[in-house]
Amino acid sequence: MEPTKYSWWRKMAQGIRNLLGLRELTPDEILEILDTARSFREVLERPIKKVPTLQGTTVVNLFFESSTRTRISFELAERRLSADVVNFAASGSSVSKGETLKDTARNIEAMKTDVTVIRHPSTGAPHFLSRLLKSPVINAGDGINEHPTQGLLDMFTIREKFGGLKGLNVCIVGDITHSRVARSNIFGLTKSGANVAVCGPRTLIPDYLPQLGVKVFYDIDAAIQWADILNVLRIQMEREAGGDFPSIREYRLYWGINRTRLERSKKPVVIMHPGPINRGVELDADIADGETSLILDQVTNGVAVRMAVLFLTGVKPS
Amino acid sequence: MKIYLKNARVVDLTGRLDGLFNIMIVDGRIQEIGTALGGNPVNYEINLQGKFVVPGLFDMHTHLREPGQEYKEDIASGIAAAANGGFTGIAAMPNTDPVVDSADVVKYVLDRARQSGLVDLHQIAAITESRKGERLSEMKDLAEAGAIAFSDDGSAVTNSQVMRRALEYSSMLNKVIIQHCEDPELTRSGSANESAETIRYGLKTQHRLAEELILARDLKLVEAFGGKYHATHISTSESVEVITDAKRRGLPITCDVTPHHLFLDDSILSSYDSDYKVNPPLRTKHDCEALVEGLKSGVIDAIASDHAPHAIHEKEVEFDAAPFGMIGLETTVGAVMTKLYHEQKMDIHKIASLLCANPRRILGLPIPVFELGAKAELTIIDPDCEWTVNPNEFKSKSRNTGFKGWRFKGSAVGIINDEKFFFSDRLR
Repeated sequence: MEPTKYSWWRKMAQGIRNLLGLRELTPDEILEILDTARSFREVLERPIKKVPTLQGTTVVNLFFESSTRTRISFELAERRLSADVVNFAASGSSVSKGETLKDTARNIEAMKTDVTVIRHPSTGAPHFLSRLLKSPVINAGDGINEHPTQGLLDMFTIREKFGGLKGLNVCIVGDITHSRVARSNIFGLTKSGANVAVCGPRTLIPDYLPQLGVKVFYDIDAAIQWADILNVLRIQMEREAGGDFPSIREYRLYWGINRTRLERSKKPVVIMHPGPINRGVELDADIADGETSLILDQVTNGVAVRMAVLFLTGVKPS
Repeated sequence: MKIYLKNARVVDLTGRLDGLFNIMIVDGRIQEIGTALGGNPVNYEINLQGKFVVPGLFDMHTHLREPGQEYKEDIASGIAAAANGGFTGIAAMPNTDPVVDSADVVKYVLDRARQSGLVDLHQIAAITESRKGERLSEMKDLAEAGAIAFSDDGSAVTNSQVMRRALEYSSMLNKVIIQHCEDPELTRSGSANESAETIRYGLKTQHRLAEELILARDLKLVEAFGGKYHATHISTSESVEVITDAKRRGLPITCDVTPHHLFLDDSILSSYDSDYKVNPPLRTKHDCEALVEGLKSGVIDAIASDHAPHAIHEKEVEFDAAPFGMIGLETTVGAVMTKLYHEQKMDIHKIASLLCANPRRILGLPIPVFELGAKAELTIIDPDCEWTVNPNEFKSKSRNTGFKGWRFKGSAVGIINDEKFFFSDRLR
């Protein structure tokens, strides 16, 4: 007996798609999103940054975890598509009264909403939701699993900068084990023909990661030599307390990205970061704000990519 | 009350009987076994053409949740599920609320079980007070009250000194210590096996070594201090190796495996369905194969369900938030017959040893026999009955099975236990 496969196309029969993760997408599906995002990116340059695409549709942003960038980015994307937007934050809601995710989501859907964007601290929560809801589900980050729209916007940004993805060397630096950004990037980039490496202390890189077609560096200087692009992840301060690595000081000394390190490289290296940045820890301020940094492009592109994803869910007003 | 079983293929583990027999059971005793019986009027006459009659099956690892969590399961529903699954005897783990760590709770459970009667319920008591792993429970008093073994199942006894004392103290009572092998520091918040497969799913993982570490330490303790030791629900190929080696050296140790660790692997977690969240976690395909080989070679002594009921609302949540465990009383025989009897061509006598004689031997219980005058305690198995696992048809209060939707070939279709009996709808 085969377990049920949940994919982007799962609800195709109803003309509806979910975005649960880049693991579930084919290379063509990823390209379709990136190409679609390009036309929405142009919309963002217009004086009036609004199109009527999702007029009459209601999008619910279910955020069970705090978020600034992703929540605002989704909300802007929704509003620029003329959707009606409802924001939900777990704190101060029925969740604090003990309501289950199932009840919360189904009750909201019962009010005739059309698409659900979910950010949740537990891996698989969007997949769980997609089985319960009739309308499309978009994963805005689940546990340590995936953050597909972040992966897509990173790919979009690289593609815009380099004109393509094939053959590029992308190195993700930091806490790989606990990073949904890393995982979505790995799935998306490897499917699109880029070479992917990770770099960080061994204790922050899963042993089985090479199974995903990924190269592993423990030495940041070797990684910088190899890479065209460094995607630098936020180091979460609580990992230090958890014993996953000795100290923030040691991390900064041996894996922090600074000018001295980058200048040792023979070729220029582009810097990306999904935010929020711990300036002076994983990334020095002058590099984050420097000319090789694509960090703000990532943020701008995020809105376009999310508009594309919302558009492609194929949602019809209920 | 007279029950007449005709044309049964009797699976006699003593080797005396082999072939088709008719069995006459009168008031819970085997009155006659032969090839040409009958004639007298009986209450039930059942033609068992094509079916096995095996000594009553025994599940040595179940959770009945009473006292304390009767909304998941209780003694009555657990016994009904056991009967439906083909078991005439079960042993219940002590991680109830309150924990079975005092004689009073043992007596309560055994008294409640006697009211149901159909299946013999045996109670396992906690090794340590409140299962905290710190102070020994009153083992002698618990044994006097009827506890048949000791286990802190759900967690391991990690303190080596406490484990040493438990082995020594229980050896006086000639009772087995059943260990749930897991180093909690290594498993921490992980809910899936750390593997080349689960790396794709982004779940918090735990390393397989957590099992072997405790197991290997325990074997050293048994070697040094004696005692009867049983490792329950072993799940890794390394555990099989460690036990193979220990048995070769003559250590008095035993172990069991669950059907889900035998037949389900961690690739099924791609759906994030919490029914597949169990502890120890589902391992790799390679481990499943090693466990089946362990059964064949005799290194693994028994199959036990680790029947762990949880209410629908507890499992219908995010994977991380769901409790560990799946139910198994009503799927064990189906899974074993499908995968071991039909696919692996395992002999039915071997299967009966794994599901009947060995678990009883480990716990020091008598094994049912087909002898004149003996208590009738038997299970009827239809090896060719094909059925689809539909949790809504279970007698258990819970629905959390990883075998939902599976097509099985082979089923228990009835039990007789003394004067009580249960015949399934599948008996035809």
